[in-house]
Amino acid sequence: MKEIYLDNNATTKVDEAVFEEMRPYFCELYGNPSSMHFFGGQVQGKVTEARGRVAALLGASPEEIIFTACGTESDNAAIRSALEVFPDRRHVITSRVEHPAVLTQCRNLTQKGYRVTEIGVDGSGRLDMDELKAALDTDTAIVSLMWANNETGVIFPVEEAAALAKSKGALFHSDAVQAIGKIPIDMSSSNIDMLSLSGHKLHAPKGIGVLYLRRGTPFRPFLVGGHQEKSRRAGTENAAAIIALGKACELAGQHMEAENTVVKAQRDRLQDALMAAIPNARINGGGAERLPNTTSIAFEFVEGEAILLLLSELGICASSGSACTSGSLEPSHVLRAMGVPFTCAHGSIRFSLSRYTTDSEVDTVIREMPPIIARLRQMSPFGREFLKGQA
Amino acid sequence: MWDYTPVVKDHFLNPRNVGDIPDADAVGEVGSLACGDALKLYLKLDENKDRIVDAKFQTFGCASAIASSSALTEMVKGKTMDEALAISNQDIADFLGGLPEEKMHCSVMGQEALEVAIYKYRGMDIPEHDSEHDHGHAYPDHEGTVVCKCFGITDTFLKKVIETNRLTTAEQVTHFTKAGGACGGCIPKIQELIAQVLGDADAQPRTRPEKLSNMKKMQLIQEVLERDIRPLLWADGGDLELIDIDGSRVQVAFRKACAGCASSGNTARMVEMKLRDLVAEDIVVEEVSA
Repeated sequence: MKEIYLDNNATTKVDEAVFEEMRPYFCELYGNPSSMHFFGGQVQGKVTEARGRVAALLGASPEEIIFTACGTESDNAAIRSALEVFPDRRHVITSRVEHPAVLTQCRNLTQKGYRVTEIGVDGSGRLDMDELKAALDTDTAIVSLMWANNETGVIFPVEEAAALAKSKGALFHSDAVQAIGKIPIDMSSSNIDMLSLSGHKLHAPKGIGVLYLRRGTPFRPFLVGGHQEKSRRAGTENAAAIIALGKACELAGQHMEAENTVVKAQRDRLQDALMAAIPNARINGGGAERLPNTTSIAFEFVEGEAILLLLSELGICASSGSACTSGSLEPSHVLRAMGVPFTCAHGSIRFSLSRYTTDSEVDTVIREMPPIIARLRQMSPFGREFLKGQA
Repeated sequence: MWDYTPVVKDHFLNPRNVGDIPDADAVGEVGSLACGDALKLYLKLDENKDRIVDAKFQTFGCASAIASSSALTEMVKGKTMDEALAISNQDIADFLGGLPEEKMHCSVMGQEALEVAIYKYRGMDIPEHDSEHDHGHAYPDHEGTVVCKCFGITDTFLKKVIETNRLTTAEQVTHFTKAGGACGGCIPKIQELIAQVLGDADAQPRTRPEKLSNMKKMQLIQEVLERDIRPLLWADGGDLELIDIDGSRVQVAFRKACAGCASSGNTARMVEMKLRDLVAEDIVVEEVSA
């Protein structure tokens, strides 16, 4: 069965050109970039080139790029570092809708005597800036807010938030894993001190991430040992993946305009058609500024896992904010923070497109989705009551 | 992705007996939109008002909730109400070839709806669920107090599920009943309940009997497998099936995660030790591929 892959916020296909770029660095050019000999040196050269390519996508300088193993490591490193460089500040601010890579760490900090404030969002998933202003004080060590939400695609005003943090002397970190490659980011004119990126969300392989660290920002490394990454992240460089990420960032820059025109048009067509064909559905975060590739739609009276598995039978890959897919029992913390009513929080489906999405794939989903929802509503006691009311 | 058995997939994709019975004799309703799953079960009885001749269901929930409901309706048809009441949630899971432990609450929901339908038909006292947040655990013995406030689950109900499924950890209780799965505030209380139930069981110390007839021995082997061994394997996503007993030779086949597992040899030894402890010293466990 040929897959229709609309789950690009979970992970992406490695671009063929990216794979070709990294391929020689396993069996042939396998040298250690730190070695003194020519054989390591040629890998070092490619790592330097990759660092430049990543920096170019972010509007950063190459020395501001620290390669890590994943977005989660970057998030953990950023927050830990801020607490170490400001030992007297005992307050951390984040939001209620962060990825667990940030949220779990912050919640663990409360056990260690830190004060943690989780800023709320409105019904469209927009950050409560007044709450942020009120929470910030001179005890705040770091504010960590995601650039764009993985479930809804809602974009936070991180620049504005970073300026507020700066005014209180706090560091600002953004988990930009979902934003990078999808919307333009320019760190050259920014108040953001640290930013996390993950390779596999932008058509590079899994197992490579970046922590952007603004020049002059005080930093304590998370991993210590060797002198790699200017002693800011010890451990032998994952050279092949770094080289792949460099290529992926170069391609992301080239595709940025298409992402915001072609992909966005496909996303809009998909959500408009589904909203027109299926009654009692709502777009989570529909009222807010969102990533061009993401839409999360809540369907009342049905449960997300059942929808996903019926889609999966047809080769369609999507995701849900439903509890039953994750083994937990509450609907997603993002949808709950937004106050999405229980009647539809359990039946939310996220479609996330990419530059590989075709119009005919979108057509297929538009055709197949309405009968799936109708079938499950027919089976659901609440859905049947609703359908009766309609008739 | 969940590792559902082919039977679960079949009952999800081709659910049997979806719908309603307008002149149903008994209707059982549990769950709510807030909980994320709900089941409405309809039963039609024969002219003696004893045997279930038809069953239909409507389910809001995940694939295993739908499959469990479908399985339940197939299982109760043709049974008397008393026979139907003997169906446990484990029977529903077994009918489906097993459920992931995190999904066992789906089988519990089926068993509950069945009890509610029959008890209601028999005019036994059942609390109606009225609020959106009430899970509607219309459990007939409702003297208990609510332990899990998020899902509205009572200690009476939890103790019953802990006992029948021989649960030993709070996490298992969450997987079977959802209790403790939201805010987690009641987990210490759940642990207390487990200790109580286990304590009751420990009151009758279990030791290896002095002498066993062949018949008794076979029965005891089966009992220990069901009660002490299979729940341990389920916890790791595995299972086993008893193939044959020949004197002291016990042949088992490993299923699900245990099948083809590199350490199934160790698992076989664990089974053997347990059987030697609780049945007879000369037990030999053999793994067969049947």
